[in-house]
Amino acid sequence: MTINQKSKPLLAVLAIVLLLLPFFIDALLGRGWVRIADFAMLYIMLALGLNIVVGYAGLLDLGYIAFFAVGAYCYALTGSPHLASAFPLLFPHGIHLSFWVVLPLAALLAGGFGVLLGAPTLRLRGDYLAIVTLGFGEIIRIFLNNLNAPLNLTNGPQGISRIDPVNVAGAPLNATQQILGVTLPSVHLYFYLFLAFTALVVFTSRRLEKSRIGRAWMAIREDEIAASAMGINTRNLKLLAFAMGAMFGGVSGALFAGFQGFVSPESFSLMESVMVLCMVVLGGMGNIAGVILGSVLLALLPEVLRHGVVPLQQALFGKMIIDPESLRMLLFGGALVVMMLYRPAGLLPSRVRRRELDTDEVAETV
Amino acid sequence: MNSISASPLLQFSSISKQFGGLSALSDVSLHIRRGEIYGLIGPNGAGKTTLFNVITGLYQASAGEFQFNGKNYQSCKPHVLARAGIARTFQNIRLFANLSALENVMIGRHVRTKTGVIGALLRNRAARHEERAIAERARELLDYVGITKPHQTLARHLSYGEQRRLEIARALATDPLLLALDEPAAGMNATETESLKTLLQTIRASGITVLLIEHDVKLIMVLCDRVAVLDYGKKIAEGIPDEVRRKPAVIAAYLGGSDD
Repeated sequence: MTINQKSKPLLAVLAIVLLLLPFFIDALLGRGWVRIADFAMLYIMLALGLNIVVGYAGLLDLGYIAFFAVGAYCYALTGSPHLASAFPLLFPHGIHLSFWVVLPLAALLAGGFGVLLGAPTLRLRGDYLAIVTLGFGEIIRIFLNNLNAPLNLTNGPQGISRIDPVNVAGAPLNATQQILGVTLPSVHLYFYLFLAFTALVVFTSRRLEKSRIGRAWMAIREDEIAASAMGINTRNLKLLAFAMGAMFGGVSGALFAGFQGFVSPESFSLMESVMVLCMVVLGGMGNIAGVILGSVLLALLPEVLRHGVVPLQQALFGKMIIDPESLRMLLFGGALVVMMLYRPAGLLPSRVRRRELDTDEVAETV
Repeated sequence: MNSISASPLLQFSSISKQFGGLSALSDVSLHIRRGEIYGLIGPNGAGKTTLFNVITGLYQASAGEFQFNGKNYQSCKPHVLARAGIARTFQNIRLFANLSALENVMIGRHVRTKTGVIGALLRNRAARHEERAIAERARELLDYVGITKPHQTLARHLSYGEQRRLEIARALATDPLLLALDEPAAGMNATETESLKTLLQTIRASGITVLLIEHDVKLIMVLCDRVAVLDYGKKIAEGIPDEVRRKPAVIAAYLGGSDD
């Protein structure tokens, strides 16, 4: 019912394009860019998770990356030899659970942390909520950074390495595989894995958005007092929003750990939370297509700069004048200012698209 | 049309509400009978809206008993009271401004429906059926209150009078026993007020009890079966409109009396 008949061929074309995309990228830009595309999809999942909290329920969360960290460390600890070396007596061989066992656990644990964050902040809104969530994000990161003593739980700032790769049907995704005569390098395999999860996250977001639950979230975003006067249990629904958003973060965190094979606290800094929030805001809060666009743009921007600006500057001036990292911040800040002035609702605001509560109704009301 | 039964729908016994040292309501007792239109009037700052907020759970009474439909609802959250059957509108319109008119009313159905996350994700037969019923009921209600603009119009793009009506439709969507309206005619012109009057009479005829705060005394007088007058947080009069308007205490409260 979500997809009406007209959009089916379009969706099929999109699916084919996405399935062939890694080969195009590989051929045109090189294998490094497939890896960048993989990361972009992790960001899409994160941004869509945050979109539930910020875009639907209107709860400003500046510590969202903490849930990503929870998911990542969840798989890092259970899927690496770290516990074996830190606690040889307890775990002589480490835990080495399958990724597919850890994934739901990571999602649930992150969801639990979401509720943990949500519960004390129920009465807060706007700036106050932002400050508390920011603090929460930092607490998680600092814990991860310092939990190497007295017991070496997280290995501190060195992080956890040698994390098992994700296995699909017994085949590890960190090696080149042959499937039906097609050679698929590791980044391509992860591309498809992440594509599947991104599709799942998009599907989940869409279904939630156009449901009784989604409407209740939006009611809370629009006017919490009116929402509760209409019989919406704002406490439960806010906790649900935090938990759902956190679960998406946890899933993409576990995927990240399996993909990267290494996690350390510095991947989960405040700047990352801000970036994910910017993806949501830039693209168009509350609109799935907008959030995806925002994520792709912001995930690609630093890479484009890194690969484009240095050669460009060298060709123009013979030397590098502004390093790409500073330029990124400059462009980024400028883009945000321009956005706020000209498109405050985002590149693809959520109301521009025709509403489709159900198919026959659109015809009736237009 | 006047099927007013004797058992009260809402019973207030010695309700008081203090804000720090300020007593916004003191010892207010009143009851609203099933099926009547009950008016609440009083000068500005008399405590009408405070009383309203106590009834709808936004404020908790400092003292006193509050019974609705035979049950006690002491210090309950607004959503509990909405479930119990009290729906309200707001003095300064509080619609979900960036959602469509239809969605506003659909949100009103939340409390009477039950699809959860699982149902939303699977969109199984029960969920689809419920969703369709919600949209259908919402459209009915939009027609019922007389909103003729396309139902996809954002709430904030509706005219002032339509926004007031939309609030009523949204409140009706919760299947209330008691519809509490906080100054529904505020800022309306004569024609709009007239059609509001007709709407409220239709609502009452459908069996819903109406509680009305209003400044437009003329409207109250023609519409209400009984009225209560509040002044400085106290009930100074109650009864049928014609009697109440002649009471010296009421005249004093409105025109200024000797005790000021």
